[in-house]
Amino acid sequence: MVILFYIAAIVAILAALGVVLQKTPVYSALLLIVVLCSLAVIYLLLGAEFIAFIQVIVYAGAIMVLFVLVIMLLNARRETPGQGSRMARWLGGPLLVVFLAEIVLAAWRQFPGAASPPPLNAGPAAIGQLLFRSYVLPFEVTSILILVAILGAVVLAKKS
Amino acid sequence: MTPVQALDFIRVLPEIVLASCAILVMVAEPFVSARHTAALAWVSLIGIVAAGAGNAWMRRFSGPAFGGSIAADPFASYFVYLLLLAAALTLLGSVRYLETNQVHHGEFYALLLLGTTGACLMVAATELIMIFIGLEISSISTYILAGFRRADKRSNEACLKYFLLGSFATAFLLYGIAFIYGLTGTTNLVQLSEKLSAPGARPPLLWIALILAFVGLGFKVSTVPFHIWTPDVYQGAPAPVTAFLSVAPKAAAFAVILRVFLGGLASAGALVFWLLWISALLTMCLGNLAALWQTNIKRLLAYSAIAHAGYVLVGMAAAKAAGPEAGEGIASVLFYLAAYALMNVAAFILVAHLAGAGERYQEADDCTGLAYQRPGVAACLTLLLVSLSGFPATAGFFAKFYVFRAAIHAHLIGLTLVAVLNSVVAVYYYLRVVVAMYMREGNPRASASPLPWPLGAALALSLVGIFYLGLFPTPFVRLANLAASPLP
Amino acid sequence: MTIPPHWYLALGTGLFTVGVVGVLTRRNVIVILMSIELILNAVNINLVAFSRMFHSVDGQVFAIFVITDAAAEAAIGLGLIIALFRNKETVNADEIDLLKW
Repeated sequence: MVILFYIAAIVAILAALGVVLQKTPVYSALLLIVVLCSLAVIYLLLGAEFIAFIQVIVYAGAIMVLFVLVIMLLNARRETPGQGSRMARWLGGPLLVVFLAEIVLAAWRQFPGAASPPPLNAGPAAIGQLLFRSYVLPFEVTSILILVAILGAVVLAKKS
Repeated sequence: MTPVQALDFIRVLPEIVLASCAILVMVAEPFVSARHTAALAWVSLIGIVAAGAGNAWMRRFSGPAFGGSIAADPFASYFVYLLLLAAALTLLGSVRYLETNQVHHGEFYALLLLGTTGACLMVAATELIMIFIGLEISSISTYILAGFRRADKRSNEACLKYFLLGSFATAFLLYGIAFIYGLTGTTNLVQLSEKLSAPGARPPLLWIALILAFVGLGFKVSTVPFHIWTPDVYQGAPAPVTAFLSVAPKAAAFAVILRVFLGGLASAGALVFWLLWISALLTMCLGNLAALWQTNIKRLLAYSAIAHAGYVLVGMAAAKAAGPEAGEGIASVLFYLAAYALMNVAAFILVAHLAGAGERYQEADDCTGLAYQRPGVAACLTLLLVSLSGFPATAGFFAKFYVFRAAIHAHLIGLTLVAVLNSVVAVYYYLRVVVAMYMREGNPRASASPLPWPLGAALALSLVGIFYLGLFPTPFVRLANLAASPLP
Repeated sequence: MTIPPHWYLALGTGLFTVGVVGVLTRRNVIVILMSIELILNAVNINLVAFSRMFHSVDGQVFAIFVITDAAAEAAIGLGLIIALFRNKETVNADEIDLLKW
């Protein structure tokens, strides 16, 4: 289990670095799929099977297909290196330092290595119970969110 | 938890009415002939009024709903009225605009209503997941509205910048919320405040979580380090949309800041106070200073909107500093937002008219001599600018007055002084536009066509509101105090 | 043997940092969008890890909402990119510069 975690985590981080450093958008998209799948492995280790499957089916399957489709459609080529945006130089460095410090802080201080409780029963049934009881309003309202997204995608992408 | 009851639905009545009306407009659009598309605007307006009526009726049934996801309290009710007002004024101001700029009606009104729905959900939400979803609905609707003039590259660009930076900010907010959940095991604001007020329950990670969440919300209200998108988006978006997005998402985000930072996370006192204090200072100063150099009216109003966010933050810092007597500060913030909504929406929809077809004339110089050709329009714009700068007898004056008074009562003398100096500086750039209209001869390039009547009605309504708040503020202050009462 | 929660948080923070760097340094709008997806995934790791830690499903339900939102944002973003490409023939953020950035 532990070894599987380390493998999945290292693959996820390396692939994420690849997404950002890679100059060809298609490779970035494919590497993002690798990230998503290794995260699915980690969700399985955490006992969240439902999220793991959603991650593969919806995220890696549906959303990423959309990305790849658009990249192909627009025929986006290698990006010529720019001189780096102003914003990056001003904010990037300090932000990086802050968040690296945060890793240390979070790991070191807040959640000392207490053994995790046994995996919880998080099958679709348990999630469905919660979604349709405690979180029924957010769940219903999500339909408005999706309606807005559909409407917006049509409005933006259709020819005038 | 108890199963869903009819009462739960009554407590989200305005949102239900708005969303249903939006769907009705969307479905009806293909059946409405091209000549009668304005009818969709009236349907939407009826929806907004009905939602307002629902909001009024709902007052008898206040309380939490849907297992504590949302609350129907005076605070939510106040903000729902405010958002509906902003939506109604925007709607009236955009009827003719859409015709002259050949923008699709149905989708525009539907998105406007859905965006308002999202904002209403945000202000009523008492649960972080619900806040997040409301925020996303209102944000995504406004991203699309900002890009509504698809043939115009400036509009495309505004939409893109708003979208990219907005999603980035939302991601920060989510990361912060995830940590808050991790530290407390709950996303419900009431339980959150109970958990955090326990002694020794304020770990350093909470500070990081707070800062992350503040970045996300600070973006929506354009506080200074996170304001870079504001001028570009306000300038590039269609002017009536700018009117809406300078008020509705902003007011809703302020409501969330009040609920989260002064309610749920109230026990993380000092850090929240300094966050508010520093961003108030930076936002006021930078907004006003940058506005001094602007020649484009939309950009000028954008920086002025940033500066106004700074004054609102002064009121919030005052509320935070006052501890148990936070009521005065919160009420001053609520009053300020109402005045701001009236002034800003009206100013932007008037600019939308003046800019003419394709929004070609946005420069202050385009208004040169407008007072001689269209004295009524010029007088209207002058009154709005005068109110924005905070002259006595207008809403802007009392808005600032109450905020400053709350700040002094909370012993924030330094911050108040800076705020007063800032308001003096601000007079200069507002009056520059007035000077261009009155003092200089010339042919205005800005559209000199008469005001269409819906726009005229919207302006009349806002001016009446502005003078009412400016001359008889007391009843309204009482209302704001009542609305501030649910927060500790 | 199980992995203590702070390792998951460290992984999440790593992905978050990579995503932030990506948003701030890349020019291609599509890649910026992917970097935002990375940040949202970092959020999800945290949520699921906390869900395990508290032994409650709430965090996972939250993660589902985040995934839904990611889908909505991706749809809007990609629609927008198509509209933009039609008008300007570029997908680079800094070539979109009519307004001062």
